[in-house]
Amino acid sequence: MVFLSHIWLIPLLPALGAATTLFFGRKLQKTTINAVCVGAVVLAFLFACGAVWQYTDYARANPGKPYQNIVYTWLGTGNGEAGVSPVQQGGESQPPIIFLTRDGRPAPLQADAGFLLDPLSSIWLLFVTGVGALIHIYSTGYMAHEGGYYRFFGYLNLFMFSMLTLILANNYVLMFVGWEGVGLCSYLLIGFYFHRPSASTAANKAFIVNRIGDAGFLLGMFTIAWYFGSLRFTEVTQLARSGHFAIGDPIITAATLLLFVGACGKSAQIPLYVWLPDAMEGPTPVSALIHAATMVTAGVYMVARSNALFVLAPSSMKTVAIIGALTAIFAASIGLVQNDIKRVLAYSTVSQLGYMFLALGVGAFAAGVFHVFTHAFFKALLFLGSGSVIHAMSGEQDMRNMGDLHKRIPITHWTMFIATFAIAGIPPFAGFFSKDEILWQAWSSEGGAYRLLWLVGFVTALMTAFYMFRLMFLTFHGRPRMSHEVEHHIHESPKSMTMPLVILAICAICAGWLGWPHSLGGSDRFAKFLEPVFAREANVFQAEGKSAQLAAGEREEEHTSPIEYGLMFLSVGAAIIGWGMAWRAYREADKGYNEPIAAASPPLYDVLYNKYYVDEGYDYAFTGRRKVGDTRLGVMGAGEAASWFDSHVIDGLVNGAGWITRLSGTLSSWWDKWIIDGVLVNGPAILSRMLSYPMRLLEWGLVQWYALVMVLGLVGFVAYYSWR
Amino acid sequence: MTPIGTVHYLVVAAALFILGVIGVLTRRNVVIILMSIELILNAVNLNLVAFSRIWGLHGQVFAIFVITDAAAEAAVGLGILIAFFRNKETVNVDEIDLLKW
Repeated sequence: MVFLSHIWLIPLLPALGAATTLFFGRKLQKTTINAVCVGAVVLAFLFACGAVWQYTDYARANPGKPYQNIVYTWLGTGNGEAGVSPVQQGGESQPPIIFLTRDGRPAPLQADAGFLLDPLSSIWLLFVTGVGALIHIYSTGYMAHEGGYYRFFGYLNLFMFSMLTLILANNYVLMFVGWEGVGLCSYLLIGFYFHRPSASTAANKAFIVNRIGDAGFLLGMFTIAWYFGSLRFTEVTQLARSGHFAIGDPIITAATLLLFVGACGKSAQIPLYVWLPDAMEGPTPVSALIHAATMVTAGVYMVARSNALFVLAPSSMKTVAIIGALTAIFAASIGLVQNDIKRVLAYSTVSQLGYMFLALGVGAFAAGVFHVFTHAFFKALLFLGSGSVIHAMSGEQDMRNMGDLHKRIPITHWTMFIATFAIAGIPPFAGFFSKDEILWQAWSSEGGAYRLLWLVGFVTALMTAFYMFRLMFLTFHGRPRMSHEVEHHIHESPKSMTMPLVILAICAICAGWLGWPHSLGGSDRFAKFLEPVFAREANVFQAEGKSAQLAAGEREEEHTSPIEYGLMFLSVGAAIIGWGMAWRAYREADKGYNEPIAAASPPLYDVLYNKYYVDEGYDYAFTGRRKVGDTRLGVMGAGEAASWFDSHVIDGLVNGAGWITRLSGTLSSWWDKWIIDGVLVNGPAILSRMLSYPMRLLEWGLVQWYALVMVLGLVGFVAYYSWR
Repeated sequence: MTPIGTVHYLVVAAALFILGVIGVLTRRNVVIILMSIELILNAVNLNLVAFSRIWGLHGQVFAIFVITDAAAEAAVGLGILIAFFRNKETVNVDEIDLLKW
């Protein structure tokens, strides 16, 4: 169990790499940086493989039990189970932070540096370290001629550390630490070319939008702590499954909705998705690693991790499903007409994340996680491929200026085509299995109440196929539309970049086979692997309204029904239709080619091309700009109104308070000076001074005068007694 | 010519006393004032010694005490005076009026 018991090394390795590179990187050679940073992540990957391998043994010995390794307690004191914290060993134990839970029970607020390995985190662990390692290798080629090499790799390793912390955390607080860490690295890497104003603006936007989600996460976390008295995943899950809580419990609903707000921020769902397309300002490997494969799936991970809670809150589940489906179709429709190769992929990512949330929302947690898994490979591949294209095109990202690249960069072309097949859902590539599973679950769960969502997902699948093949045809086929100078420089990327592409392409083909469905004669090992985490939930969720047994039986029965084959054919058909439409429209694309949507309906094209004017709307509503496009609106937006409210009412209150304080200070000072000091203190003094004035005249300081008075007095006495 | 009696001593003593009082009241120099006080004390001594002819030796013993006391007082007074002179560069009593009120 050497890997399992040292599981804390997995996040620590990239952390050490990051520390080395960020502190000393300026003086290090590029080869040293490569060795340290890439080495750390590759080692972490190997270590993760070992840990997962040992975990499967562990799970065989203790079925359904996650492996938990608590190193120490960093917030609050440790208890007996949690090992002895160093502070306690010294005899001085810091006082625990106690709060009252809802039922009036005191509970300690504590968080461990603890690591939890179960099937769910195993999957994330493997693909994060695996894809992460490949992207690190790719970056050594892609970033070779860029400035700030050490900075880039330092941030990338820091990101790996944060992401692994997020994944392996055994409680919400530590997860939040990783959550914030990946947000920070995302900010740093989007703003990597900080001398470009657009990059720094995009970085700020990503960070600020994420803060909104983080606030929701925090509030959800506090609600859970208050309601359950613990923040450990195992304890919360156990309590949630204990049956004490009714399905639809309002507080659990509130907590899950708040958590989902956090997930919306991190995983770019409506209404907080706006930062992700702008995040493409970062270098392409960053887009591949952070904004496609790993970080943006953190929201999915968090919701899947809290599945026991979400199952108790059907309205939250519905919200998740609806938001997911809306995001999927919304982003896909924008992606139809974008011209920047990375922006198309960004909207595609948002759309695919929507699929994942749709799956989570209909209770098909395993399907959602499966899609995260396959998506990580093909989307990372697409981004890395687009990076390779951009590299070949000397930095050009606009697809209108590309075309006919397939002979010039064949490896990129073929690997990207495989990824396109995968994302479009054409069998037997990976995306087919996961997307189809999601659509099937959306169709079949809860007796078909979600069939509208299935329709949305189905249309999205059609759009996905269209925009992806549009991207491929515009980039690799048609007539060359670039300038001669650029054309002259086109070259296939170095081995360090094509090798990860090839490996990812193999994964994009094969990853889906892990979840080969029963209906196609497979065994769906992926879902079976995840069963200890989710199985009960699926049943509980199905049980809403019916008895669990009946529903489970029905589901098993439905699973082999002809409808599933029908839906499968439909979605494959949609993918092929999308492919055909793109082929017709863009196969021969020359300079000044026609966009079919623009030809059919120019206003629709404008709306899609301008991303439904959401950014302008947000600008108007929240950042206080009255201009939307070229039109100036007369009414204040929420942002401007808030600013007005702030500067007039809030600041007015503050200034008013200051003014009142000053006034009362002046009054008090006047009172003190004239009444207290003047009348009450100085008054008696002046009085006694006045009264004593005649006496003072006698005492004028000449000793001999006093002596004379004494002598005269003596003479007077003697005379009096003599002549009496 | 009548023999010298007690009254003669008393007259001399009274004269000395009055001289002393006038000196204390009129002179500005503290040294002179101290000397005038010595005159007063010695006038008293003369009275004590004169009366001891009639009432026994107590008066003379008392006079010796007074002489001792006068010596001590002169020493202390002059000490104060020198300390004062160092500060103020004067020994005139009309310039020493700091403690008046």
